[in-house]
Amino acid sequence: MARTERVKSMSATYNAASGTGVSTPSTWRGLAMGRSGSDLVIASLLVLAGLATLLFGEPYWLLGAQVAITMIFALSVDLLVGFAGIVTLGHAVFFGLGAYTVGIASVHLGWTEPLSGLLLAGASAGLLGLGTGVLVLRTKGLGQLMLTMAFASLVYEIANRAKPVTGGADGLQGVIVAPIFGLFDFDIFGLTAFLYTLAVLGIVVLFAVLMTRSPYGRSLVGIRENRVRMQAIGTNVQQRLLSIYVVSAALAGVAGALLAQTSQFVGLNALHFGLSGEVLIIVALGGAGRLWGALLGAVVFSLFKDRLSALDPAYWYFWLGLLLAVIVLFAPKGLIGLVDRLMAALHPKEAQ
Amino acid sequence: MLTAALTIIFHGLAFAMVLYIVSVGLGITMGLMNFANLAHGAFAAAGGYVVVVATKALGWPFWAALPAAFVVVALTGAVIERLVVRTLYGADELRQVLFSIALLFMAIAGFTLAFGPLQQQPEIPAALSGQIGAGGLEFPAYRSFVIVAGVLILGALWLLIGRTRMGMRIRAAVDNRNMAEAIGVDTKLLFTMTFALGTGIAGLGGGIGADVLSITPTYGQEYLVLFLIVVAVGGLGSIFGPFVAALCIGIVDVAGKYLIPEFGAFFIYGVVIAILLAKPAGLFGVRS
Repeated sequence: MARTERVKSMSATYNAASGTGVSTPSTWRGLAMGRSGSDLVIASLLVLAGLATLLFGEPYWLLGAQVAITMIFALSVDLLVGFAGIVTLGHAVFFGLGAYTVGIASVHLGWTEPLSGLLLAGASAGLLGLGTGVLVLRTKGLGQLMLTMAFASLVYEIANRAKPVTGGADGLQGVIVAPIFGLFDFDIFGLTAFLYTLAVLGIVVLFAVLMTRSPYGRSLVGIRENRVRMQAIGTNVQQRLLSIYVVSAALAGVAGALLAQTSQFVGLNALHFGLSGEVLIIVALGGAGRLWGALLGAVVFSLFKDRLSALDPAYWYFWLGLLLAVIVLFAPKGLIGLVDRLMAALHPKEAQ
Repeated sequence: MLTAALTIIFHGLAFAMVLYIVSVGLGITMGLMNFANLAHGAFAAAGGYVVVVATKALGWPFWAALPAAFVVVALTGAVIERLVVRTLYGADELRQVLFSIALLFMAIAGFTLAFGPLQQQPEIPAALSGQIGAGGLEFPAYRSFVIVAGVLILGALWLLIGRTRMGMRIRAAVDNRNMAEAIGVDTKLLFTMTFALGTGIAGLGGGIGADVLSITPTYGQEYLVLFLIVVAVGGLGSIFGPFVAALCIGIVDVAGKYLIPEFGAFFIYGVVIAILLAKPAGLFGVRS
């Protein structure tokens, strides 16, 4: 009983959310973007905003780097939650592990080369994803939520206690990062940091777009919609879910590594439950199951947070809660759902 | 050695009873309505604040403040269930989780604005402060009261769920909601009453347990992991499962922190992961 209800409600959200229905992508635009055009509009706006910040927004370069990092993190969670349908309340563990990998490698081992640091962080987070994913994916529902939370709390506790290695509650100070390619040093204005995170973001987005449009990506959506049917047509469901868990963990690790490199500091916050909740909120705000939704959500959320939390953290919590409640109750498809509606109103023919 | 063991067991029991009183309502509502309520701890905090305000600002006796906490929080829970929670039954897990996080955040902001960020302590009656002696050992009187209260609430719930008509309906709806509806159980009313009961007990737990889990605005977020662990390990829809789970977790945690403090809360999470992997539906779960 509960299962049919669930499947029904989920397939309804999917059909409406993807906007593409059952059509097969035939053009390059179709391959990268949804047919409704919302994805293209959001992508163009984001690129324009990035360019404008680069050219005219010198004081915002450091904030821009933070936003780009949040976008990568949100993308990794959207792949897991929105596409594969695995709800997690502990994804910060991979973000934090990535950050600590780079931090510890730099402070204790003298490994300061940034690009190999990113790969190392991605690999270690992916490895943890493999280890915990095998266990987490054995359970469902509340048990699964709890396991993701328990693993994250466990690693948080380890980082908190292993003071000689991680710096404990004081954080890991003085993370040194060598110039990129030995040429571009991280400057005080954050230009290198901004360009560097944008470049990584570009690669990650390209990867995610191609992956979600590939047969592999579609099979994940298939599993989310009807697991039994996918099994019946010969998909190795468990293996697919595990692989996306590892990919998502590795991407989150890369995002965390970028944070450590650009801020030259790693704190326990990077592992905290609050961050896991925040990134889930970002994905829902933008629109779960849509890559460009998650990216838009990350930008909007980061800017709001930057403005409002400067006033008073208590107010920030109130507005965050209110915004979230409104989204859940009145706009379950998130911001991108609103863009969809806007586009449909502008182009009544195309929407059909 | 023996004294240390008794101390661990005593404080473990007190901690376990607070966890149980706060969490048991969450397990019942989750088992009955499949609603993942991450804001449950905020209701417990609300109960704590009711007791603080009643005993300090209004000068009520502690024994009158506790029922007041139950009633106020239960009514608040009923109103919220009727207005919004109801629309999310049957919605996917992500939306429920997000909505309850939204509630939690607004509660944190509200508590901070109303009571400030610092810890609040209710007035405790003279009879419960100080120590009581038993067999040559001294135990804090208030924690002994907490242990007794936990056992009494388990007993009361066991009578309510096992022996009354409402309990029978709840059990029927947990086992098979469609069938219960088909034979004429008004599940809408039942859901509201159960939600009110669950949040009300949490409010009571917040008030009783203020000495163990201190009342701050972020109460609902700080201890959320503990409450969810008790429910997930105990099993949904059970009143006995969370009791056993709370006992295990309370004693393991206190023992771990007392004997090997450098490991901190490490033990709890280890035990939880082991139990959930062995029994994904929890120790006494009807379903996962």
